[in-house]
Amino acid sequence: MILGYIAVFAPLVAFLLAGILGRKCGDKFSQFVTCTAVLMAAAASVQLFFTVILGSNPHTLPVMTWISSGNFNVDWALRVDQLSVIMMCVINIVSSCVHIYSIGYMSHDESKSRFMAYLSLFTFAMLMLVSADNILQLFFGWEGVGLASYLLIGFWYHKDSATAASIKAFVVNRVGDLGLLLGIFTTFIVFGTIQFDGIFNAVTDHTADRFDFFGYQIHALTLICVLLFVGAVGKSAQLGLHTWLPDAMEGPTPVSALIHAATMVTAGVFLVSRFSPVFEYAPDALMIVCVFGAFTAFVAATIGMTQFDIKRVIAYSTMSQLGYMFFALGVSAYSAAMFHLVTHAFFKALLFLGAGSVIHAMSDEQDMRKMGGIWKKIPVTYAMMWIGSLALAGVPFFAGYYSKDLILESDWASDSPVGHFAYYMGIAAALMTAFYSWRLIIMTFHGKPRADHHTMDHVHESPLVMIVPLLVLAVGAIFSGSVLYGGFAGIPHQKTVESKATEIDEIESEMKEATQDQMEHIIKSESADAIHETVWNKEAFFGKSIVVLPEHDSVAKAHHVEKWVKLLPTIVGAVGIFLAYLAYMFIPSIPAAMVRIFKPLHILFFRKWFFDELYHIVFVKTAAALGTFLWKRGDGQVIDGLGPNGVAALSQKVSTVLSKFQTGFVFQYAFMMMIGLMVLVTWVAHAMGLFDLIPQFLNMR
Amino acid sequence: MDFPILSFVTFLPLLGAVLLAVLKGDSESVAARSRIIALGVTTLTFLLSLPIMINFNPALADYQFVEKKIWFETYGISYHMGVDGISLFFVMLSTFLTPLCVLASWKAVTDRVREYMVAFLLLETFMIGTFCALDGVLFYLFFEAVLIPMYIIIGVWGGARRVYASFKFFLYTLLGSVLMLVALITMILHAGTADMTVLTGYRFAPEMQTWLWLAFFASFAVKMPMWPVHTWLPDAHVEAPTAGSVILAGVLLKMGGYGFLRFSLPMFPEATAFFTPMVFVLSVIAIIYTSLVALVQQDMKKMIAYSSVAHMGFVTLGIFTLNTQGIEGAIFQMISHGVISAALFLCVGVVYDRLHTRDINRYGNLSKNMPVYACVFVILMLGSVGLPGTSGFVGEFLSLLGAYKVDTVVASFAAVGVVLGAAYMLHLTRKVVFGPKVNDDAAAMRDLDGREKFIFLPFIVLVIFLGVSPSYVLDRIAPSVQNVIAQSTPVLAGDFSQTSSSSVVEDRSGGASQSSPGGASADDQKKDIKDTKDETNEKGNR
Repeated sequence: MILGYIAVFAPLVAFLLAGILGRKCGDKFSQFVTCTAVLMAAAASVQLFFTVILGSNPHTLPVMTWISSGNFNVDWALRVDQLSVIMMCVINIVSSCVHIYSIGYMSHDESKSRFMAYLSLFTFAMLMLVSADNILQLFFGWEGVGLASYLLIGFWYHKDSATAASIKAFVVNRVGDLGLLLGIFTTFIVFGTIQFDGIFNAVTDHTADRFDFFGYQIHALTLICVLLFVGAVGKSAQLGLHTWLPDAMEGPTPVSALIHAATMVTAGVFLVSRFSPVFEYAPDALMIVCVFGAFTAFVAATIGMTQFDIKRVIAYSTMSQLGYMFFALGVSAYSAAMFHLVTHAFFKALLFLGAGSVIHAMSDEQDMRKMGGIWKKIPVTYAMMWIGSLALAGVPFFAGYYSKDLILESDWASDSPVGHFAYYMGIAAALMTAFYSWRLIIMTFHGKPRADHHTMDHVHESPLVMIVPLLVLAVGAIFSGSVLYGGFAGIPHQKTVESKATEIDEIESEMKEATQDQMEHIIKSESADAIHETVWNKEAFFGKSIVVLPEHDSVAKAHHVEKWVKLLPTIVGAVGIFLAYLAYMFIPSIPAAMVRIFKPLHILFFRKWFFDELYHIVFVKTAAALGTFLWKRGDGQVIDGLGPNGVAALSQKVSTVLSKFQTGFVFQYAFMMMIGLMVLVTWVAHAMGLFDLIPQFLNMR
Repeated sequence: MDFPILSFVTFLPLLGAVLLAVLKGDSESVAARSRIIALGVTTLTFLLSLPIMINFNPALADYQFVEKKIWFETYGISYHMGVDGISLFFVMLSTFLTPLCVLASWKAVTDRVREYMVAFLLLETFMIGTFCALDGVLFYLFFEAVLIPMYIIIGVWGGARRVYASFKFFLYTLLGSVLMLVALITMILHAGTADMTVLTGYRFAPEMQTWLWLAFFASFAVKMPMWPVHTWLPDAHVEAPTAGSVILAGVLLKMGGYGFLRFSLPMFPEATAFFTPMVFVLSVIAIIYTSLVALVQQDMKKMIAYSSVAHMGFVTLGIFTLNTQGIEGAIFQMISHGVISAALFLCVGVVYDRLHTRDINRYGNLSKNMPVYACVFVILMLGSVGLPGTSGFVGEFLSLLGAYKVDTVVASFAAVGVVLGAAYMLHLTRKVVFGPKVNDDAAAMRDLDGREKFIFLPFIVLVIFLGVSPSYVLDRIAPSVQNVIAQSTPVLAGDFSQTSSSSVVEDRSGGASQSSPGGASADDQKKDIKDTKDETNEKGNR
C-alpha cells in the first residue's frame, strides 16, 4: 500500500526540500535529494508493476478531502490501477534518467538547485495527473505539469525568446484547458459525479442522453469526449494547438526530453485512454480523434523534414508520433496507443538526451548546418542516436517497430470509416520519419566538419553521469517493444465465455475457407497469441482500466490483417533511410534541387504551414488592438466621457454661464450636481412609492 | 447574553483611533508611537476575532454571536449584530489585512503618520461593522462610513492625480449611496422595521421590488465594481498608497458582493430572477472586456486593478446563478481575491518603494537579484490565474460550474476570461520578474527584508492552504448559502420570469415550480440573452 504513496509523493518532498533549502544547503544537496527521491519513486513504481499489473491488484489510496460544495464532492486520492502504474513506471524511470543526466548537463549553470527542484515538481505533477481518482485531480496535475513546463521553458529567464516561448506554451495550453474545463462541467451535470468509478459504471445509463449546449441538443457522451479531447489537443500538441511545442525547445534539453517528449505531451493520450469507457460510446468523437491524429502525424512529419535546428526536428518528430497515438486511440486501439507511448518515451528521450549530448559537445550549437564530421569524436553518443533513430523509424526488432506496426495494423483492421485513411497517412508519415531521422544523423555526425576550429577542438564525449542514463534509455529503446508486446497487444477487455466461444467459431469458419497458406498463417498467429498469453496473462494486463467494446476491438483484429499491411511500414521505413543516404551522403546536390523544384511546397513546410503567422494576426494582434481600443475609447471616451468627466464638464459649462452672476465657482459646481442628484432621487423615490408611504406612516404615529 | 465579542472586535480599532488622537509630543515621537499603537491595536483585534472563527458552529445556518439592542423603537431600528457563514470570513479578512497594512506602511508613510493610522483604524471599524450589521440602518451607516477614511487616504496620501481619482471615486459611490438610502427608507416605512432578518422574510410587491432592486444594484454594482461603472477603480488604485490599495482590493470590493447576498437576493427574489440575465451579460462583458484592457496596461497597479474587475465578474456571475456551487464559488472567489490581489498590491508596493515607478518596462530580471520576491510574485500570479492547488482556482471553478448549470453560453464565454487572465498575468510576470536585464537601478534593488518576508508569509500560506483544503471555508459557508438560496426562490406570482433550467430547480428547494406563469417568457428571456451573446461573439471574432 505504501508503495503508491512513495511513487507519487517522494518527488513532492524532494521539490520542497530542494526548493526551500536549496539556496542554503547548496547544489550538491539538491541534486542528491531530488535524484534519490525520484529513484525511490521509480523503484516503487516498478514494484507496483509487479503487484498491480502482474498480480492484478488495482487499488485506490485515500489522501484527503478537497472541494465539497453541495452535491459536488471531490477528494484527493491516488488511483493505482494498471493504466496509472504503466504511466508511473514510464514517468519515474525516464525522470530518474533525466535527473541524473541533468547533473552533468547543467554542471555549468548557476541555478542547479532551482532546476532540480523544478524537475521534481514536474514529476510530482505528472504523477498526480496519472494517479488521479477523478477528473478534477487530473486537471490539477494537468495544470501542474503546465506550470512546470512554463517554469522550465523559461528557465533561462534572461533570454527574451525563452520567456516568450514559456508564455506561449502556457497560454496555448490554457485554450485546450478551457475545453477540458467545460468537459468537466458537462461530465458533472450528466453523471452527477466526476469520480472515475462513478462515471464509468454509469456510462451505459447515459448513452442516449442529450445535453443542451449553446442551444443545441447534443449527444451528451460525444460532447463530453470532444471537450476532453480539446484539452488533449492542447497538451499533446495536436494540429491546431501545436504551435507551442517547437518553441518550447527554448528550455534546457533535459526538459525537452522529459516533458516535451516522454511524459507531459503524452498526457492527452493518457486522458483519452483513461476515458475509454466513455469514448467507446461516442463513435463520432473517436472519429474526430482519429482524423486529428492522422493529420498531425502527416503535417508534423512534413515540417520535420525541412528544419535545421536539431531539437526542432526531434520536436516535430514527437508531434508526429503523438499523432500516431491519437489515430490509434481513434479506432479504439487504446492499448496500442499506450504501447507506443511507452516505447516512444524511451527512444524519444534517448534521442533528445543524445541531441543534448551533441549540443553539449558542440559548445551549445543547435544548428545542424554547423555540425558534421563528429561521429568519431563522440562515438557513444553517435551509437545512442543510431539506436534511437532505429527505434523511431520502426526498424524490425527495435521498440518502435512493435508499437508502430501494431497501431497501423489496428487502423487498417478497424471498422472505423477513417481507419484506412489514418493508415495511409501513417505510412506517409513513416516514410518521412525514416527520412528525417537519417537526415539528422548524417547532417549532425557525417560529412566534413562545418563548425569552426575552436568548436571542433572542444568536441568531447560527455561525462559518465550523462552517458549512463543514455545507456538505460537505450536498453528501453531496444527491448521495451519485444518484451512488452504480449501485454499491450493482448485483448484488453475481460473476455467473457461467449466472446471466447464466438472467437473460436470465427477461427473455425476462417479455417474452413482458408487455403493452405492462410491456414498456416492463422495457426501461427493463434499460437503466437497463445505464447504471449502464457507469459503475460493478457486479460489481466489492463484489467478494467481500459474498456473496449468487443465490436471495436481493432487490436485483436490487427493480428489478422493482410501480409502487405504488416510489411508496408517496414518497407517505407527502409526506403526513407535509403533516400536520406542518397540525398545527404551520396548525391549532396539533391536537397537543393528538390527545394528549387518544389519551391512553394518547401516554403509551406519550412514555414510550418504558416500557423504561427496566422495566429499572430488573428489572436495576438487582435487582442492587443481590441484591448487598446476598449481602454482608450470604451473606458476613456465613452464611459468616463458620459460619466464622471461628462458630468464635471457639464456642470463646469453651466457654472460658467452662472458665474456671470458673480457667485463662487465651487459652489456652483456642487450646486448643479446636487440638483441633478435630487431630480434623480426624487424620481426613483416616486417610482418606488415612497411618497405614498409617508402619509400612511404619519398616521401610524 | 454572552460576551459581546462582535461589538468588541468592531469598536476596538475605534478605541485605538481615539487613543491616537489624544497623543501628545513632538511629531517624531508621535509618529513612532502611532505606528506601534496602531499595530498593537489591529493585531489585538485580529487575535480577538480568532475566537469568532474557532467558536463558530459550522452546522448552523442562522446568525451567531448575535447582539440586539433596541435603538429607535418607533422606526423599528435596532443595534443588531451577528455573523453567519457568509459574513464570517469577510470579518476575518478585514481583521487579517489591517495589521499587515499597518506593517506595510511602516516605512512607506512618513507624512502625517498619526492621521494615517487613525484613518486605517476607523476604516477597520467600519469594515467589520458592515459585515456584522444585521440592521438596515446600521448597515447603511457602516457601509457609507467606509468611504470617508478611504476617500481621505486616497486624497491625502495618494499620488499625483489623487484629487481627480478621489473625486471620481466619490462621485460614483455617492450616486449609489443616495439611491440605496432612498430604497432603505422606503423599505423601513413599508415593513415597519429595519431589521434585516425580518426584511428578508418580508415579500415586497413585485413592482416595488424592481425599483428597490435597481436602487440597491446601483450601489452594489459601483462597489463591485461591475462594468460599466468600473472606471473609478483603476484610477483609485493607481493613486492610492499601497496599503490603501490593499484594503480597497482586499475588502472594499467585497462589500458589493456581500450586499447582493444580503439584500438583493433574499429580499427581492422576484426582481432578482427578472434581472439575472442582465447581470449575466454585464458579468461576461466585464470579464472579457477588462481582461483585454488589462492585457495592454503598462502600469502595474492599473493592470491588477483591471484584473480585479474581471475577477469580480466571476463573483457576480456566481452569485446570480442562485445555485449552491455558483454562490459558494462566488463567496470563495471573493475571499481568495481578497488575499491574492491584496498581496499583489503589496508586491507592487515593494518595488515601488525602491524605484518609485509602476511602469512595467522599468523593471525586468528581478529574479536575479530578488529571488525571494520573485518566488512570492510567481506564487501570487499563479493564484491570480487560478491554477489548481491555489485558492484562486476553487472560486473560479465553482462559480463557472454553477453558471454552466444555468447557461452553457454564459459560462463558456466567461471561461474565456481564464485564458485571457493567464495571458496578462504571465505578461506582467515576464516584464517584471523575468526577462533580460533592462535597467541598472532595477538590477541593483535589494531583496525582501525581514519585515517584508513576514508580511508575505501569511498570504502565501493562505493561498496554498485555501487551494489544497478549501473545505474548511466551504463547510462553514454552506448552511448559510442554502439559506440564501431558499430565500431567493421566487414565490410570488407576477409579471416575472425566471431562468429556466432543470438544474436550477433542483438546487432551489421547491417553490420554483409555483411561479409558472412566465414559462414562455422565460424562454424568450433566454433567447434574448443568447442573441446578445452571439453578437458579442461576432464582435470578439472580428
